[in-house]
Amino acid sequence: MKPIELDKVQEKLESFIDKDVYVHLETTNGAYASHVNAKAYNVGVYIRNAKVRFNQAKIVGDGKSYRAGLKMEIGWIYAEGLTDWEIFEGEKLLMAGHDREGRLMVALQISETPFNY
Amino acid sequence: MEKHVVVIYPHPDDESFGAAGTIAKFREQGVPVTYLCGTLGEMGRNMGNPTFANRETLPEIRKKELIEACKVLDMELVMLGYRDKTLEYEDRNEVAVHLKGIIEEIEPSLVITHYPEHGVHPDHNALGAAAVEAVRLMEPEKRPTVWAQAITNTHIEELGKPEVINDVRDNFDKKMDAILCHQSQANGVIRSWNQSEGLDNDLKEEAKKRLGYESFYIWKY
Repeated sequence: MKPIELDKVQEKLESFIDKDVYVHLETTNGAYASHVNAKAYNVGVYIRNAKVRFNQAKIVGDGKSYRAGLKMEIGWIYAEGLTDWEIFEGEKLLMAGHDREGRLMVALQISETPFNY
Repeated sequence: MEKHVVVIYPHPDDESFGAAGTIAKFREQGVPVTYLCGTLGEMGRNMGNPTFANRETLPEIRKKELIEACKVLDMELVMLGYRDKTLEYEDRNEVAVHLKGIIEEIEPSLVITHYPEHGVHPDHNALGAAAVEAVRLMEPEKRPTVWAQAITNTHIEELGKPEVINDVRDNFDKKMDAILCHQSQANGVIRSWNQSEGLDNDLKEEAKKRLGYESFYIWKY
């Protein structure tokens, strides 16, 4: 993955508009968070292969970290803290935010075919 | 001397961090060791440092790292095919019966796994519980011994002192070699101990302090 290039990612996001797409959305602070620091909370979510359709998509940010918002007919998909991106297997858009140790903190991935499960 | 040892852990790298020294000792004695690895660590958040993996490439990468580590430790590998971060949602009995089938085929004298409720990671707890259950389902006279490893901060307080404490510091290099096969993961764990940019030797000393002993409770049926 490489640092997000706003124009290119925006273009790729728009290519998914008004199509049935599969989404992987995730955030995590690791399964060992409270084991390492008793005051930390173990918090995380993931949805893998939710089939959605959005009619508007935008990525916004200041060059350090980005926020992507996808507007659906009856709701929203949002991810904050994205730093890197990649086109995987020719068509899948992968976006992720990594911390200083290279660990994933947040991910938003969009594809016209399901992700491996 | 053990006849055959089966190790049951859920993630590529659990075997290296948790039991590499113990496994190496068994292999030195000529005891066959088979590793049943539950998943490919698909949902790990460590992507290497610097980052070289992504959510989609991670399983294949960790699979290769796992195969390498098993070569270093000279043990047979069976990948069980479950998915990282979903083991506790699988039917406990189904997983136990799956494991029981493999155990009955191999006929080990010893099974090594995680101590349920003391594995920290939910997958450790789930697979440890299934392994313990798998052996429980067997005829008592056919059961292997089960060594269960606890890693919670409270385990000594709650469970007492482990019955088996292996000092693995004399062949620590082999353990480090196995750990370092897991390139995508090792850095993340090691850095969480040593925030400063210390020398390689400092790191090895730190690793020896934290990983120089491998302890297990003998499960009582």
